[in-house]
Amino acid sequence: MTTGKPLPHDSAPLHVTGQARYLDDIPLPADTLHLAFGLAGIACGEIAAMDLTPVRSAPGVVAVITAEDLTRRLGGVPDCSPSIGDEPLLTSGRIEFHSRPIFLVVAESHLAARKAARLARIDWREEPALLTIEDALAAGSRFESGPVVWQRGDAEAAISAAPRRLEGEIEVGGQEHFYLEGQIAAALPGDDGGMHILSSTQHPTEVQHKIAHALHLPMSAVRVETRRMGGGFGGKESQGNWLAIACAVAARITGRPCKMRYDRDDDMVVTGKRHDIKLRYRVGFDEEGRVLGIDYTHLLRCGWSQDLSLPVGDRAMLHAENCYWMPNIRIESHRLKTNTASATAYRGFGGPQGIIGAERVMDHIAFALKKDPVEIRRINYYAEMAAPAAAGQTAPDAVQTTPYHMPVEDFIGRAMTDDLLASCDYHGRKAEIAAWNAGSPILKRGIAFTPVKFGISFTLTWLNQAGALVHVYQDGSIHLNHGGTEMGQGLNQKVAQVVAEVFGVETGQIRITPTDTGKVPNTSATAASSGSDLNGMASQAAAVTIRDRMAALLAEKHQVAIEEVRFADGLVTVGGEEYPFEQVAAWAYQARISLSSTGFYATPKITWDRMRGRGRAFYYFAYGVAVTEVVLDTLTGENRILRADILHDTGNSLNPALDIGQIEGAYVQGAGWLTTEELVWDDKGRLATHAPSTYKIPACSDRPREFNVRLWNRPNPEAAVGKSKAVGEPPFNLGISAFLALSHAVEASGDGSIYPDLRAPATAEAVLDAVRRVRRDV
Amino acid sequence: MTGIAFLLNGTPVRLMGESPTRTLLDWLRETRGLKGTKEGCNEGDCGACTVIVTDGDGPKAVNACILFLPQVHGKAIRTVEGLAGPQGEMHPVQQTMVDHHGSQCGFCTPGFVMSMAAAHATGRRDHDDVLAGNLCRCTGYAPILRAAEAAATLPVPDWMAEDLPFFSDQISQGGSAQQTGGSAPPLLPRSSDELAAACLAHPEATLIAGATDVGLWITKQLRNLSPVIFLNSVADLQEIEHQGQSIRIGAGVTVEALRLAMQAPHPSFAELLRRYASVQVRNSATIGGNIANGSPIGDSPPALIALDARLHLRRGDDRREMPLEAFFLDYRKQDRRPGEFVEAVTIPATAPAFRAYKLSKRFDQDISAVCGGFNITVAEGRIAAARIAFGGMAGIPKRAAGAEAALLGQPWTEATIRAAMTAMAEDFQPLADMRASAGYRMRTAQNMLLRYFHDLAGQTVSVLEVAP
Repeated sequence: MTTGKPLPHDSAPLHVTGQARYLDDIPLPADTLHLAFGLAGIACGEIAAMDLTPVRSAPGVVAVITAEDLTRRLGGVPDCSPSIGDEPLLTSGRIEFHSRPIFLVVAESHLAARKAARLARIDWREEPALLTIEDALAAGSRFESGPVVWQRGDAEAAISAAPRRLEGEIEVGGQEHFYLEGQIAAALPGDDGGMHILSSTQHPTEVQHKIAHALHLPMSAVRVETRRMGGGFGGKESQGNWLAIACAVAARITGRPCKMRYDRDDDMVVTGKRHDIKLRYRVGFDEEGRVLGIDYTHLLRCGWSQDLSLPVGDRAMLHAENCYWMPNIRIESHRLKTNTASATAYRGFGGPQGIIGAERVMDHIAFALKKDPVEIRRINYYAEMAAPAAAGQTAPDAVQTTPYHMPVEDFIGRAMTDDLLASCDYHGRKAEIAAWNAGSPILKRGIAFTPVKFGISFTLTWLNQAGALVHVYQDGSIHLNHGGTEMGQGLNQKVAQVVAEVFGVETGQIRITPTDTGKVPNTSATAASSGSDLNGMASQAAAVTIRDRMAALLAEKHQVAIEEVRFADGLVTVGGEEYPFEQVAAWAYQARISLSSTGFYATPKITWDRMRGRGRAFYYFAYGVAVTEVVLDTLTGENRILRADILHDTGNSLNPALDIGQIEGAYVQGAGWLTTEELVWDDKGRLATHAPSTYKIPACSDRPREFNVRLWNRPNPEAAVGKSKAVGEPPFNLGISAFLALSHAVEASGDGSIYPDLRAPATAEAVLDAVRRVRRDV
Repeated sequence: MTGIAFLLNGTPVRLMGESPTRTLLDWLRETRGLKGTKEGCNEGDCGACTVIVTDGDGPKAVNACILFLPQVHGKAIRTVEGLAGPQGEMHPVQQTMVDHHGSQCGFCTPGFVMSMAAAHATGRRDHDDVLAGNLCRCTGYAPILRAAEAAATLPVPDWMAEDLPFFSDQISQGGSAQQTGGSAPPLLPRSSDELAAACLAHPEATLIAGATDVGLWITKQLRNLSPVIFLNSVADLQEIEHQGQSIRIGAGVTVEALRLAMQAPHPSFAELLRRYASVQVRNSATIGGNIANGSPIGDSPPALIALDARLHLRRGDDRREMPLEAFFLDYRKQDRRPGEFVEAVTIPATAPAFRAYKLSKRFDQDISAVCGGFNITVAEGRIAAARIAFGGMAGIPKRAAGAEAALLGQPWTEATIRAAMTAMAEDFQPLADMRASAGYRMRTAQNMLLRYFHDLAGQTVSVLEVAP
C-alpha cells in the first residue's frame, strides 16, 4: 500500500535546498517587462483630474496603460471578477476602495515600475465612504436585493415558548491570508496570437477564461500553467486574476513578455481578505441547555465587489449550527457592500464565521446555566452515526437533518469527544486550573473544548468535477497531471500515492507535473478542501484505465481473467509469473496498446438548491475536536496558548504526515485569526496594517507550548478516494477553542456573574477590555 | 571606487560600481541569479530572505532584504544554495526538515533552514527565539521545531567551518571601498576618527549602521539616500567597556551583542532586548541606531532612561554628553547637530530594582505599543529615587514625571503605587493607532507600575513564565 504512508512532500528536498522554483524564480526572456499598478488615494469618489506625465517620463518606463487605452486597444476594460463582472481592471474614473488600481505602469524593471507608479498627479473628488458594517446597513448598501433567509421549523415560536432565553452579539474580524509568496503572474505572447500564462493561482482555468475574455480569444488560445504556489489559503482563488490579466493585456499591447508581482504592501491593500462578520443570536433553550429555537443574523462585510461573497455567505449559513441539532432555526444573512477591498475566499470560506456563532451560543448557554460547556454541547449534538444494523434489528430512528434538510448520517462527534476529553484529562485539568486561578490574582488560566463538523463539496454543484491525464512510458515511468494546484498542502504527493497504488509501484516512479490548462481542461479551483477528493479520484480513474489495458494484454497471454493480474511492489503477477512493471509497459507499447488516458470524476449524491436553502449540499462531513488551554494577564491582556490537544477525522488518511501537517497548521492559523491577527482601517478607509510589521500572524513561539494532534483514522462511510476525508479547511475551525479558552480565563478574572462577551480577534487589548467588563471596571 | 568584496558560498566576489544602497537580496536574486533566497516582505519581518553572514564574531543569521552590499564588505555570506555539502549531501537541518515534514508550501523554508543552520553552528538550542524572525503560514511551526530539535543532536558538518578561515585569508577587513566622485565621503570608515572627519565634511550624509530601519527607506519608501556613510567597519564603536561603576556601550554594538552582555548585570534589560526584535534584526541593528533614530517606539530608550543612561556625542573632535532623556527634544527631533554622531551610551553597572516591560500585539518580532522602564530605589521602607520612562506614550521616549513625584518619599506599598498610577494619567496623552488605542496605552502603562510592584515582590507577573 502506498496510500496511508507518511511520505514526505514530493518537493521537500527542493524546498530545503532552495531549488524549488516559484514563479519569480523562473528565468523569463531577457526582454521581459515588469508591471505595477498606480493605486487610488481615496476610498470613495471620482478622479477629478489625472496627470500621468511624470509616470510616463520616469526612468525605465515603457508604457502607461489606462482604462481609456484599454477601451481603445481592446474594445473595453477587461473584468477581473470571478462572479458577476463588477471588477474592471482599471477604473474609468470611479473609485470604489482605497488603493484601487487606476493605471498600469509597464517598465524595464520591477523597481522602475514601482517607483513610477507613485508619481501620478491626481485630484480627487472625494465622497463619504461606507467603511463599516453599520455604514452599509444604514445606507442599505448590499449585494442581492435583501438578506438571504433560510429556516426550518418555527424559530420564533420555539424561542418564545422556551423556558430560558438569551441573546447576544459577537464581532469577528477579517483575516489577511499572508501567503509567504505574494501574488504574481507572467504572460508570454505566442507567435499565433495566443498567450502562455504563468500564474500563482489556485484556479488556472479561471485565469484562462478571464484572459480569453479580455483578449477576445478562444480559451484554446490561452494556456495557463501553475507549478506551485508559496501558499494560497483561498487568497489565490480569484485575487490572482488581476495580475494575470494585467500581464496579458500589457503583453498584447507591447508584444513583449510581461511579469507582475505585488510587493507585500500592495498585496495587502489591494487584495481581499476573510470576511469580517457581526453575528447576532437569539436562542431559546431548556434548563438542561437543549436549544429549542434559534435565530441568527449574519452581517458580512463584503467590500466593494461581489467576488465570491455570495457562496461565502451561504457557507457561513450552512455551518451556523455546526455539530448541533437545532430543530427550529432561522438564519438571516446580509452581504454588505462597502468601500473596502473585496473580501474573498479564505480557508473555510465562511464556514468558520458560521461555526463560531454556534460555539459562542453553546458557551453562552453554559454560562447562563452555570454548567460545563462540554455538557451543553453534548446534549445538543446530532445523533451519532448508527452502527450497521444487524439482521433482524429494527432500523434506527429517523436521522436528524441539518437546517438545510440534509440528513446527518455520519456524525461521530460523541465518540471523538469522549476520546479526546479522556486523553487530555479535560475535567482534571479544569479543576486544577480553577484551583490555580483562585491563588493567582494577576494571571488567569482558561480551558475550552470545541468541535467541528465541516461540509465537504463545492456548493456550486458543477464545480464538483475533476480531470486527470496519466501517461505510462515504455520504460515504465509514469507521468501524472491533474487539475489541482499545489500550494503546500501536499496534493501532488497524495495523488501520486493514489496513482502509485493503482500501478503497484513506488511513489518515486510517478513524475508529478505542473498544472496546465493545456493538459487537463475545465478544472475547478483547488479549494473547498476538495483537491485530493476530486483529483485523486480522477487520477485514479485514468490510472485504472491504463492498468486494465496492461492487465488485459497479460490476461490474454496467460489465458486468465483480467482480475487475476496483480500489480504490486513494482511487479505484475499473473498465472504464477512475475514481470517487472517496466517490462509489461514495454510489451504493451510493442503490442500497440495506448498507455495514456484521461480520467474524470464527478462527486455523486449532491443536490443543492441555494435559493430555497434545501438539499444535500455536501457529499459528507469531516469532524474534529480540540481542547485548548491558555493563560492571560489581567493587567495587560497579554495571553498565551499553553496547550492544545486535537483529535481530527481524516477518514483513512491518504498520508498521515501530510494530514497532521494540515491540522497543526490550520489550528495555528485559526487561532491567529481569533487572537493577534487584527486588521485596522483608518477613518479614510486606508488599511493601516499592510505589512508584517503591523499585521501579526502567529510566530514560532505562539504555537501551543504543548501540541498533541491525533488522527481519527477510520474509513469515510462514503466512497471518497481511499475512504479518506478532506482535511484542508475543517481543522481551521478548531482554533475557536483557543478563543473560548481565553473567554473562560476572562470569566475567571471576575466573580462569574458577567459574561465576558469577548470580541475577536482577542488581542491583548480586547482581552483587557473584557477583563474590565467582568470586573465592572468600565 | 575600489569596490566591495566578500565571500559568497566560499567563492570570493568583488563588486564594482554597485549602488551602495542596493540590497544583498536584490543582488543575489537579480544579478547573481541565486533564487533560493526569497523576498517575502522586503522589510525584515518574515525572514524568507535569511542568509548567514560570518564575520570575526562567527556566523549570524541576517535578513538580506534590508542589508546593503557595503554592509557585507569583508565578510562571508552563505545562502541556501551553499548550505549542502560539496557532494550535495544535505546539511543536518535540511535533512531533518525533510524527515519531520517541516516544509509545506516551501517558500519560507530556505529562510528557516538558514536560521536553523546559523543556530546549529553555534550550538543554540533556544529554537523559539532562533526562529522568531521566520514566519511560516502553513505548518503551525510544530514540525519545524521537531526538525530543529532533531538536528541539534547531529554534528556541525565540516564544510560549515570554511567561511571563517576563508574570509580572513582572502579579504582584508574593511577600508578599501569608496563612493564614486571625488567629493563623496568614505563609504566605510574604519575608525571613529575617520567617521568624525567624514561626518564633519559631509553633514548631509545619511549614517547607516544596521539598516534595519533605514533599509525600509529604500525598500518601502523608494528614497534616494545619497550620500551615505556605513558604520559597520568602525571597529572602535563596537566595544562594550566595563568602567568600574558604569558600563560604556559603543554606538555600533549590535542589539544581539548587547543582549548577551546584559544577561548578567541587567537581566531584565537583556530580556527586553530579546523581545526587541528577531535574531536577524538584532544581529544587524545597533544600539546607537536605535537611539539616534529618535523613534518614539524604539525599545532601548525607555529602558536606558530608567537606568539613568548618559549619551555621548561627537562632532569632529568635540565631545559632549547628556542624560539620554535630554537628547529627545520632540517627535523625531533630537539634540544632534549637523556632523555630529552618537558615539556611546553609558549605564550603571548595577541596578537590581530595574525592570523593563514590553507590550506588543505579538510577543516576538513586533513593535511595542507600550514599552516601560522602571527603576525605583527604596530605602528604609520609603521610596528614595524613582525613574520611570515609557516608549509609545508620547512623541518621544519620556519619563513619567508626575508618577515619579507621587512616589518619592512615600512608603513602598500598593496604595502608593495606585496613587502614582493615578498621577501618571497626567503625564501622557498617548495616541491611538493600529497597535493600540490611547486608552489601552494609558491603562497598561499604569498597570505596568502595578506589575513592577508585584514583580519586585517575587510574584509571577508574565504569562511567558507559565508552563502548561
